[in-house]
Amino acid sequence: MKSAASYGGWIIPVSFIVALMLAALPVPDWALPWRPAWVAMVLAYWCLALPDRVGVVTGWLVGMFLDVQSGALLGQHALGLACVAYVFGTYHQRVRIFPVAQQALFVGFVTLAYQALMLAVDALAGVIIVPANLFAAVSTAVFWPWVFILMRDARRKVRLS
Amino acid sequence: MKPLFTQTASPTVRLLACMVLSFILISVDRTQGALGQVRSALSVMIYPVQYVVNLPVRAAGAVVTGLVARKSLVSDNERLYRENLMLQTRAQRFNALQEENRRLRLLLDSTPSGGDRVLIADLMAVSTRNSAHEVVLNKGQRNGVFVGQPVLDASGIMGQILHAGPFSSTGMLITDPRQAVPVMLNRTGLRAIAVGTESGLWLDVDFIPNNADVREGDLLVSSGMGGVFPAGYPVAEIISVRLDPADAFAIVRAQPSADLARARQVILVWPEETALATQAGDAEEIPP
Repeated sequence: MKSAASYGGWIIPVSFIVALMLAALPVPDWALPWRPAWVAMVLAYWCLALPDRVGVVTGWLVGMFLDVQSGALLGQHALGLACVAYVFGTYHQRVRIFPVAQQALFVGFVTLAYQALMLAVDALAGVIIVPANLFAAVSTAVFWPWVFILMRDARRKVRLS
Repeated sequence: MKPLFTQTASPTVRLLACMVLSFILISVDRTQGALGQVRSALSVMIYPVQYVVNLPVRAAGAVVTGLVARKSLVSDNERLYRENLMLQTRAQRFNALQEENRRLRLLLDSTPSGGDRVLIADLMAVSTRNSAHEVVLNKGQRNGVFVGQPVLDASGIMGQILHAGPFSSTGMLITDPRQAVPVMLNRTGLRAIAVGTESGLWLDVDFIPNNADVREGDLLVSSGMGGVFPAGYPVAEIISVRLDPADAFAIVRAQPSADLARARQVILVWPEETALATQAGDAEEIPP
């Protein structure tokens, strides 16, 4: 994950920690399904920007942390984020050159699939399903341009490539 | 020497490996809960994240408390003093009753009931996947918290501990559909089970027969069956009773006694662990 040769490598774990914090932020009950998938967004960015460093395994590990923090079944978000990392890693060359709006749409669709997968696991596990969680895809797409620009500026500042 | 592998595993292979591992973990965690240790270990690293998120919310609360007007402090103080006085008076009677209960139990040759050890925990202002039915507490295994431990607030039973990490733990509220509390009607002694519902606003009380003497406003207390929740604590108050002649059981709804929405501090209880030890004569009884 982190290479000793590059000094900016620390930004990757830090960005995931910030994403986890955003995911832990308390919100009113009505806003819960509308929360953007912060961790997935940060993961998507790194898979696009540094596909050689951040990939399926990183996504899986981060997913395990998200599982523990959100009280989900161990392996649930790990599975979802591994798939998200796979998609972005495979198509990184194409998605990178999309205009930001189109990227946001792509991110929205991948998030929709990710949330649907989480719902499927919930259903199998006997946990209450909240279909409204799918709305997170919309807010994720809306927040993507902002997150993308923020992460890109942060990466450039630490000169990571 | 030439490296053995010239090509690292392709992303597809990695994805498949991760998927298989995830499926294994999900099924084990779902059925056996055997991954508690793994979860506890990971929660050590997650705790700082939760702590930092909780900090500003609690700090803001502390600032607001610090700015409270002197007049309201004085009136709060007087109210608490009166409440304390009333509680102390009831406690005097309670001590006498407890002694009488213990003597009667000894006469009947049944196990004397031990005192309850308690621990106060704060609710952390973090949200989880199931925030409507789960809460995160700032006490963990380091403080003696264990999975299945009952969680109470000032007015009644709130739920039980679902996961316990070293520094924090997750409690499942009684309104969670996965949670069933063995209860007893306080007035008549009729036993039933209170189960959580999807809406999370009320509990379904099962196994109350159609011809039972049940009224709206009746209090349900924990019966202590199953050994999870200590007996005698308020659980819920009945809000509706519907009788369907075709059904053997009545459809009863109850509202939890504990203030689930507004609780900030909770009490963790160790129920009656000293009973057997006292009989054996080696352990000391923890004073109530």
